Amino acid sequence: MTAAVGRNASGTGTTGLTIETQGLTKRFGHQVAVDGVNLAVPHGSVFGFLGPNGSGKTTTIRMMLGLAAASSGTVSVLGLDMPNRLHEVLPRVGALVEGPAFYPFLSGAANLHRLDAASRNARPATRRTRVGEALERVGLSHAAGKRVHAYSLGMKQRLGIANALLSPRELLVLDEPTNGLDPQGTREVRNLVRSLAADGATVFVSSHLLAEVEQICTHAAIMSTGRLVAQGPLAELRQAGEARIRLLTPDAGTAFGVLARLGMTPVAGSPETDGAVVTATLGTGAGPDALAGNGSVAPEEIVARLVEGGVRVRGFSVERESLEDRFVALTGEGFDVAQ
Amino acid sequence: MPSSVPGELPNRFPQSGSGARSRGVSTSVPARDRAASSIPLLGSELSVLFRRRRTWAMLLALAAIPVLIAVAVRLSSSVPSGRGPAFLDRISQNGLFVAVTAMLVSVPLFLPLTIGVVAGDTIAGEASLGTLRYLLVAPAGRVRLLLVKYAGALVFCVAAPVTVALAGAAIGASLFPIGPVTLLSGDVVQPPEAAVRLVLIAAYLAVSLAGLSAIGLFLSTLTVVPVGAMAATVVLSVVSQVLDQLPQLEWLHPWLFSHYWLGFGDLLRQPVLWDSFGSNALLQAGYVAVFGALAYGRFVTKDVLS
Repeated sequence: MTAAVGRNASGTGTTGLTIETQGLTKRFGHQVAVDGVNLAVPHGSVFGFLGPNGSGKTTTIRMMLGLAAASSGTVSVLGLDMPNRLHEVLPRVGALVEGPAFYPFLSGAANLHRLDAASRNARPATRRTRVGEALERVGLSHAAGKRVHAYSLGMKQRLGIANALLSPRELLVLDEPTNGLDPQGTREVRNLVRSLAADGATVFVSSHLLAEVEQICTHAAIMSTGRLVAQGPLAELRQAGEARIRLLTPDAGTAFGVLARLGMTPVAGSPETDGAVVTATLGTGAGPDALAGNGSVAPEEIVARLVEGGVRVRGFSVERESLEDRFVALTGEGFDVAQ
Repeated sequence: MPSSVPGELPNRFPQSGSGARSRGVSTSVPARDRAASSIPLLGSELSVLFRRRRTWAMLLALAAIPVLIAVAVRLSSSVPSGRGPAFLDRISQNGLFVAVTAMLVSVPLFLPLTIGVVAGDTIAGEASLGTLRYLLVAPAGRVRLLLVKYAGALVFCVAAPVTVALAGAAIGASLFPIGPVTLLSGDVVQPPEAAVRLVLIAAYLAVSLAGLSAIGLFLSTLTVVPVGAMAATVVLSVVSQVLDQLPQLEWLHPWLFSHYWLGFGDLLRQPVLWDSFGSNALLQAGYVAVFGALAYGRFVTKDVLS
């Protein structure tokens, strides 16, 4: 009991994780929407939760917030068990889940009043001030009295974020926060997320926009068809990808021979006007300095050997997988919604 | 696959998060005030209910019933005694009977219809708007939300018959003379006492609709399509009344929630007979208990996916 109180006070478990799931699984009939997910969201991180549409991101978030019950597995948020300690956890969590939703016949401010009144913990005396501040923070003060019916998608999105900010929060769960926002709005949300993180809050951002995640997140996890396929600090995720060489030459045949002798597996790329393209993997998991070791060959060594072997090198580069390549490699390509 | 190591947290984020937390404490309500904390939610619920145009349209439609009756009676030369709804032939002598007649007329369909709309909308309406997930994440608490929703529906159960009674009394007073009222027992009471009887009838109807509201609340937890819950609630009220008409099902009649709906005649006797009021209240309480429990059982375990 003492331990539980201590964890409560510190806001996180002894593990320093704000959100932790273990073997989290959700079945809808025969379909497994979320399959044995072990999320670990460190305290104070800006955590990007990536995955194609239908990969189970929102279902995971619903279980984290106690909206849906897990078929098996456990969720702990702010060091407390969900959904058992829901009443202690949720007042400290601001959330935007699966898009904003409001009463269209009420004004923006009235909607926030309504949702704030729903909270058992929100102090009525400060409600007006807090609603005003939240609207101010998302730039909606001028439209506070307008009915939500007349709001654009981007304005509704901002109002949804304002709702998450009605009280100071230790954790913000933002599901697709920039959906429907114009470029300025997207920028503002990025700045907002940064300032929230600077205040000490943990921000959990789900998105299918990689660029967005790359810009604001310190950590990320990637979901694919209900499974968590990667997670960790963003820098590590980026580096986990393979480095490849890309060679532009008119002497593709000779180059194949040279590269094969170096223990590499050359692959013909799509030819360009001034020669053929040959690519080959440099070896996995290696940072820039480690390229020479690890059984792989240093790029400069490769070029030397190619020239020695009489290959005319017109272009040579070492390419690292972008987060996007990594994302696609992990989740599969194509526009099909995950099954 | 890289795994997250807590030790590798970026150092620029303060581990304590003291800023957010200390402010968080100052905005939360002390534990002793929690009991009273449902009042703002109920207030908010009622303000949402009565800020909807639909609610006012329904109340206006209910108010139109006595107006139509009164105008029709006023325009016709005479009402043949014993035809049409009970009390209709007494309107031209005493305007207060407009209210009684209108309440009687609205019981079988109009009142259940409006209650069906309000009660069927309680949970399903929030679910279809998507606001249910935000109310629950606020966190409203599922039991608390269910209770507040039911309380909101009950307030409408009071507002609906009161609207009919008020509109009836008003139009009756403006088109017909108001005078001493002869009760069903033959006693004559003065207009103030008659007004009390009108209030009693409205209260009787409000109680009558409590069971139907609980049924609507339960149906509303089953779906995210509010119209479905509304229609099902109204259909059930019609079915119950039809079953109540079948002599073959006499054993069932005392258990039908609509059984005592028209039994408010006892309130128009001197002294007032409370038997049907009591039986009705008991029956409605039973329905509230059963369907309230069903709604609770369904709603606290429900996955909110809308």
